[in-house]
Amino acid sequence: MNQILQDRPQPAATGRSKAPAAVEFRAVSKRYGPVKAVQDVSFSITRGTLVTLLGPSGCGKTSTLRLVAGLEHPSEGRILIDGQDVTHLSAAERDVSMVFQSYALFPHMTVMENVCYGLRASGIRRAEAEAMAAEKLATVGLAGFEKRLPSELSGGQQQRVAVARAIVLEPKVLLFDEPLSNLDAKLRRRVRADIRELQRKLDLTVVYVTHDQEEALAVSDRIIVMRSGVIVQDGTPRDLYERPSNRFIADFIGNANLLPVTIRRTDAVMAEVRVGSASLRLPHRDVADGPAELAVRPQCLSLRARPPGQGELPGRIRKAAYLGDHMEYEVVLDELGTELLVEDPAMAKPLQEGAAVAVALDPAGAVVVPA
Amino acid sequence: MRKGSAQASDHGAWLWLGAAAVSVLLLPWYGVEGGVLRGGWPVPAVVEATAGGRIWLLPLLLPLLAAAWALHRRTPRLLVACGAAALAWLLFEAFGLRSHGLRLEGLAEVWRGSAAQPALGWGAMVYATATMMLLAYGLAWQGWCKGEVFIVGSIGLVCGSILVFVGYPVACVLVSAFQDNDGAMDLRLFARKITDSSIWGLGCLAGERSCGVAWNSLVQALVVGVLSTLLGLAFALVATRMRFPFPRLLRIMSVLPVITPPFVIGLSLILLFGRAGMVTNFLLEHFGIPRSRWIYGMPGLTIAQLLAFTPISFLVLQGVLQGVSPSMEEASQTLRSGRWRTFRCVTWPLIRPGLANAFLIAFIESLADFGNPIMIGGNFHVLSVSIYFAVVGAAHDQGQAAVLAIVLLAFTLSAFLLQRFWIGRRSYVTVSGKGDAGIPLPLSPGLRLACLGVVLPWLVLTAAVYGIILAGGFVKAIGNDNSFTLQHFLTAFAIQHGAAGWFLSGSAWNSLTTTLMVAVMAMPLTAALGMLTGYLLNRQSFAGRGLFEFLTMMSFAIPGTVIGISYILAFNVPPLELTGTALIMVVAFVFRNMPVGIRASIASLSQVDRSLDEASLTLGTRSAGTLRKVILPILRPAIATSMVYAFVRAITSVSAVIFLVSGEYNLATVYIVGRAEFGEYGIAIVYSAVLILIMVAALVAIQALVGERRIGRRRITEAGGAARPVVSGA
Repeated sequence: MNQILQDRPQPAATGRSKAPAAVEFRAVSKRYGPVKAVQDVSFSITRGTLVTLLGPSGCGKTSTLRLVAGLEHPSEGRILIDGQDVTHLSAAERDVSMVFQSYALFPHMTVMENVCYGLRASGIRRAEAEAMAAEKLATVGLAGFEKRLPSELSGGQQQRVAVARAIVLEPKVLLFDEPLSNLDAKLRRRVRADIRELQRKLDLTVVYVTHDQEEALAVSDRIIVMRSGVIVQDGTPRDLYERPSNRFIADFIGNANLLPVTIRRTDAVMAEVRVGSASLRLPHRDVADGPAELAVRPQCLSLRARPPGQGELPGRIRKAAYLGDHMEYEVVLDELGTELLVEDPAMAKPLQEGAAVAVALDPAGAVVVPA
Repeated sequence: MRKGSAQASDHGAWLWLGAAAVSVLLLPWYGVEGGVLRGGWPVPAVVEATAGGRIWLLPLLLPLLAAAWALHRRTPRLLVACGAAALAWLLFEAFGLRSHGLRLEGLAEVWRGSAAQPALGWGAMVYATATMMLLAYGLAWQGWCKGEVFIVGSIGLVCGSILVFVGYPVACVLVSAFQDNDGAMDLRLFARKITDSSIWGLGCLAGERSCGVAWNSLVQALVVGVLSTLLGLAFALVATRMRFPFPRLLRIMSVLPVITPPFVIGLSLILLFGRAGMVTNFLLEHFGIPRSRWIYGMPGLTIAQLLAFTPISFLVLQGVLQGVSPSMEEASQTLRSGRWRTFRCVTWPLIRPGLANAFLIAFIESLADFGNPIMIGGNFHVLSVSIYFAVVGAAHDQGQAAVLAIVLLAFTLSAFLLQRFWIGRRSYVTVSGKGDAGIPLPLSPGLRLACLGVVLPWLVLTAAVYGIILAGGFVKAIGNDNSFTLQHFLTAFAIQHGAAGWFLSGSAWNSLTTTLMVAVMAMPLTAALGMLTGYLLNRQSFAGRGLFEFLTMMSFAIPGTVIGISYILAFNVPPLELTGTALIMVVAFVFRNMPVGIRASIASLSQVDRSLDEASLTLGTRSAGTLRKVILPILRPAIATSMVYAFVRAITSVSAVIFLVSGEYNLATVYIVGRAEFGEYGIAIVYSAVLILIMVAALVAIQALVGERRIGRRRITEAGGAARPVVSGA
């Protein structure tokens, strides 16, 4: 296995630009009858990176993953893996492994048999296969569990078997389909850190599907956000959070409040942004003059129990909830009628429901998006 | 480390091309009549074409040459065209170029040959399979079925065999019904035959002797359907809602009809209630009730069919009652509804589709039943028996049989369609995978008494019927002389020592060995074809899948008698000549019993998470390997079920094969029916008992052989009923 690792081109040394992309989609569409699951999707994934497909359920992210695996075949377009056209190859013929949401461990085989399964299918002798499998089981921390049946393992252990079974084949691309969804909340944080560590250690190319934006931000080198079968935005976690291309991204990543605003550009970078009676100076990000929307993170709004001053908006608290480490308020703006979600770390003197407040916006947590 | 070849391997395609070439160049193209080799040697197609003047066989080679080119250049489209052309020409030369059908004798004489061809043989069969596989390769390489040759080929194989062995015979029945005895189309004759008073007459209402057979069959089926549903409901209520002291008794009873040849119950009823029956004698001696023939006819037939089909209704309705989650009823009670309102507004609507389903199943079974009507029907004729007599009787009118078969088929298919499209959409299964802590409501005292009052006497009757079967063969003349004897047993199953050593001198050995041979051959084929079809239906999506599923299930609704007559019509003459062989019986069993295998495999597959297949695929194993290594081990119980069923049905079936047996290949059931018709009840009963024991032994053996599924050390609880095992990826 080490030898095989050494055979791989070292990404930093040889330069990634010359090597073909690990996965490339060229204008791929997938229709099920009249339903368009994936529409004209193109992207390419660099070797050794972890790319997340993120989106609400039914957005086409799992279809896209299955297209990579070869479990679905595209209606149009081409799919390349490592520079080779695999559009018409079946799943068994592609050098791709997948960790399933349900883990899909074969219930009638032991842990060892499960992990050896793919190796035996590619014609490796039993002794050699078992040695490789044992090494990978040790990597995921399951040495000593070889003889167990999947039904005798906990959920977390089952998942690690599924990972070992996939990585033992050293695939060109490793796919994860919502790998954390069957784990409890505490385990999730640890397992996602483990997956990221493993990916870095073995220099794997990973495509990872999730609907959880926090999970996506935590593990990814790059995130592709999908909605209704099309790519909405493609970028690093920081890009998506700080520079959302539209209101959907702003809302989906980090629950931004959206306020109707009017903007007027003042120079090449900045614009004057009018929110009701208040006015802010913010980068216009190439949004045209006129009506637009302002995405404001809940933790970048602050409330004062006094009449609004310069640059502040009058509002009224409709609900207040105590969440342990912060207060959560629902505030209705008097001028706009808009409802805002506000997270306030000041716990000592919580504001009362029904109280009139002044709402202040922190420009650092506000971005202009097209209406 | 894995073969990431962009091009799928084509070795298989070359092999199939080779097989096709061998089939034309070396294998005997035509079947060999009567076991004697024609001219002493099997004659391949090329020789037939060049030396025999059958010049139309030569074009069979052209697609193969083109296919070689297509494989060499890897042009899937050309390969598809070659496969399709080869199959099309095969069909044309076999069916089109023949004295009846397309009349091309003139053309054939020009070619110095005769258009009357013998039946197709091994060569033709291999050619058809191989070219079909070439077609499959071509389609798969164009991306059909995600590029899986195995899947495309399997679909072709299953569809092709169903078309040949179900579609073609049924079509023959339809065609034959429209023809007069000389084979010419005659619509008026058909109209006259199908409206004939022997079918639709209502004479019995006007006091004449009997009504038409269609009315007889319909009324009989309605009565049996209603009564067996009610009886089945009573049994199901006792089993699921009461603490019945002997639950095993009910389970045994539910297995009985599976291992009972259909006519055995009729036979047993005659021995109990017939003119010289045990009960009849008893009543005459002690109460002076005179002997009568009441049992022969509709009353006896109704009792016999109820005994035969009530267990089926029981199984269906037990499932339905268990499928109604107790929490539904508990919820209703917490919503201030009393027991009666709960039943009326919750339980009843939930089980209503199940009741309709049970009714329709019994209705279809009664219509299709042949063994009991022929045994106990007397002068009360139903469609299935009339079909038989139209073929074997003095009239020997296959056209008449075909017309009757169409009427019967229309009835059963309508019931089947009703069941599928009307009931199928209205079935509610309220038990989900989640744990259900509810406890079923107890029955009201009146209902309890009513149920037990029906169930207990019925169990006694069932016990009497089966007791007679097992014991009756070992007395001299049942009813009259009840002293023990082995005479009947020895007549049937004697083994004697003669000049040539030990030999089987009993009269039953011939049919018994044939039966077992046919059953053993049909068993794995039925299971394999059923499993494969179930797998395709459940796991693969392809164009026409819905229609394919519908057709396979529909073959279940075709009565055995119709299958029998259709096989005679279809396979008695070239190009497909199978009558008089054991093969035709195997084929009949395989295609009659396959739907059960399909259902069993679909039911089990839908409990197996699809991601298991996908995991295996992404780990580099193709569909064929996945099926073998992952699916089959998990499906072992379903395989066992369909093997047992195929074996047992092959032994107990009589309706289809009574048309297909020959002097050389007789079957046990047909032999028993013959004995009983001659009044030799002793042998008939002793033989029936032996059959039942053989089937019990086979049931136990197959179960032990296939074994239980080993998935977890946690035991899967079957007894809980509501908690069905669900195999998931975890």
